[in-house]
Amino acid sequence: MLTSASYEQCCHSFRWSDVERELGYTPGGALNIGWHCSDRICAAGKGAKVALVWEGLAGEPRRYTFDDLRLASNTVGAFLRSLQVAAGDRVCLFMDRIPELYLAFLGVLKIGAVVQPLFSAFGEESLRVRLADAATTTIITQRKHLPKVRRIAGALPCLARIIVVDHDGGAALQPREVAFTLDACAPVRDFTVCPTTAESASVLHYTSGTTGQPKGVQHVHASLLTHAITAQWVLDLAERDIYWCTADPGWVTGTSYGIIGPWCRGITQCVMDKGFSATAWYTFVEKHKISVWYSAPTAIRSLMQAGDAEVTRHDLSSLRHLASVGEPLNAEAVMWSQRVFGKPFHDTYWQTETGGIMIANYPGMHVKPGSMGKPFPGITAAVLDERTGAVLGAPQAIGMIAFKPGWPAMMRGYWNNARAYAEKFRNGWYVTGDRARVDEDGYFWFVGRNDDVINAGGHLVSPFEVESVLLEHPAVAESAVVSKPDAINMEVVKAFVALKAGHLPGSGLELELMNYVRKKLSSIAMPQEITFVDALPRTRSGKIMRRLLRAQEWGVEAGDTSTLESD
Amino acid sequence: MTDIPEIRDTVLQYVVQEYLEDDQARVTYDTALISGGYVDSFSMVSLKRFLEHHYQISIPNELASAEAFDSVTKIAALVHELLRQA
Repeated sequence: MLTSASYEQCCHSFRWSDVERELGYTPGGALNIGWHCSDRICAAGKGAKVALVWEGLAGEPRRYTFDDLRLASNTVGAFLRSLQVAAGDRVCLFMDRIPELYLAFLGVLKIGAVVQPLFSAFGEESLRVRLADAATTTIITQRKHLPKVRRIAGALPCLARIIVVDHDGGAALQPREVAFTLDACAPVRDFTVCPTTAESASVLHYTSGTTGQPKGVQHVHASLLTHAITAQWVLDLAERDIYWCTADPGWVTGTSYGIIGPWCRGITQCVMDKGFSATAWYTFVEKHKISVWYSAPTAIRSLMQAGDAEVTRHDLSSLRHLASVGEPLNAEAVMWSQRVFGKPFHDTYWQTETGGIMIANYPGMHVKPGSMGKPFPGITAAVLDERTGAVLGAPQAIGMIAFKPGWPAMMRGYWNNARAYAEKFRNGWYVTGDRARVDEDGYFWFVGRNDDVINAGGHLVSPFEVESVLLEHPAVAESAVVSKPDAINMEVVKAFVALKAGHLPGSGLELELMNYVRKKLSSIAMPQEITFVDALPRTRSGKIMRRLLRAQEWGVEAGDTSTLESD
Repeated sequence: MTDIPEIRDTVLQYVVQEYLEDDQARVTYDTALISGGYVDSFSMVSLKRFLEHHYQISIPNELASAEAFDSVTKIAALVHELLRQA
């Protein structure tokens, strides 16, 4: 365990080659995440150990052992091969948190194809853009999401197969659609796993930026090394733990630490596929005796809001270690957790692009409430001067968080977008786009982003994407989208809209625009508030000054307004 | 004044039409909408806007909790009470 005393020593002695040895990986040899998370665990004699405890809306929990994972992922892999899905193909997983999602994740990797997980609450436009960009050949989905997929399938010439995992023989399937019921298939015992290498593409997660369409973040099988060691040293996962990562695998936390991290270490994990309520969450922890819990600040603040009395109604004594990710964890939440659970939530920091945890508060270290913690051993982190790109060495100086490239889980590129990838580097550093300061003890403290991207409850939303969709509505002449403070989600989407002649503002139109964005993009991207304006503030060159609108929402100084058109 | 059964039917119809992709999903007056995962916390804001617009009421944020919106029955009771007070 990393303690305050041993941290420096660990940083000094850390070698990725030690992690390689522990995982039985020989550089240059085969490396496959799907195999490591199932077959390797079984080969180590843990095939009968429970790997997944799944609980949905109704019925008893379902349990899968590591041997079940091995057989089910073999079966998925064999089925995909029978459909001529090839290594390197992008296979989208568009499902709720059902067992098939987790099993198919490993199966796709086992045939050397690239998993493209997408959040099942995405609207059709969000889905279409991401599938078109990745030239996805296959989508695995559920009956309930099929109407959405059907509406866009005609615009996706590369999409050759739509696999439905729960087709009940009811409504007829259409061309390209094929039913696949895992439980009804004979388990495939002997399966040749594709001998992918460390640099073979594994997972393609999409992330939003300030401008342009979302970018596909390309990861490789080597990311396993990062996930394995951080799952142990940061999340503190050990043989007897029962682990719960509350993230959806549509987002990177849900795959890196909701699938790969725990399973490559042979850890039992639980998944709950239902909506949020404090009672349901505490009941889940109590019922399954969760010992390690990895969640998000938005959820923690929602639990705080539900009150302390709800905590006392449950036996939560199984909880041993708590961690958080997605957005800055405020000091109040850390102190609340210490008070009600008797242990603090440990904040961790990383991004879709970094693939794994980069800065963290470690289990044995002193937690400074509100701090991001310290860089993971093996990671070189710094804050850079925003103007010059030079490393800021002085304590408390605010700059851009940056990492020296070279850790295993680092993205290998943005899909088909080499220029955007190149723009992420400066003076030999990968620059995150987040700003922080470092205190005298080496702890990082989050300050904010240096772009317009909105972090709504831990999910990044591109203002450009929302503005683009709003502009497609016949009533909208122009729009500007900014963040707005929110007590639970930290920030949410707010839109300013100017209407075309002949359209009048009102609550009916506001609702219509909200639902329009929600269905096209997602509920997260839906403006939680819309203000109708006659015109948007622009620079003399015509660019919308989002900065001015954001400052207005946050009640802060707008800064330099000398270029404002109306000045 | 609009009665509770009428509000329930209007809200149920809206929820099914707006938030459910799966036409085979069985949602009743008492189905858990929020904790059941049919309507997430972000979408709840649009549901609140619908109620305010349709019934010409203002729902204070402190009353628009996940618990109060967790079923059509609960929503109808809340709307009915606000209409009664108006």
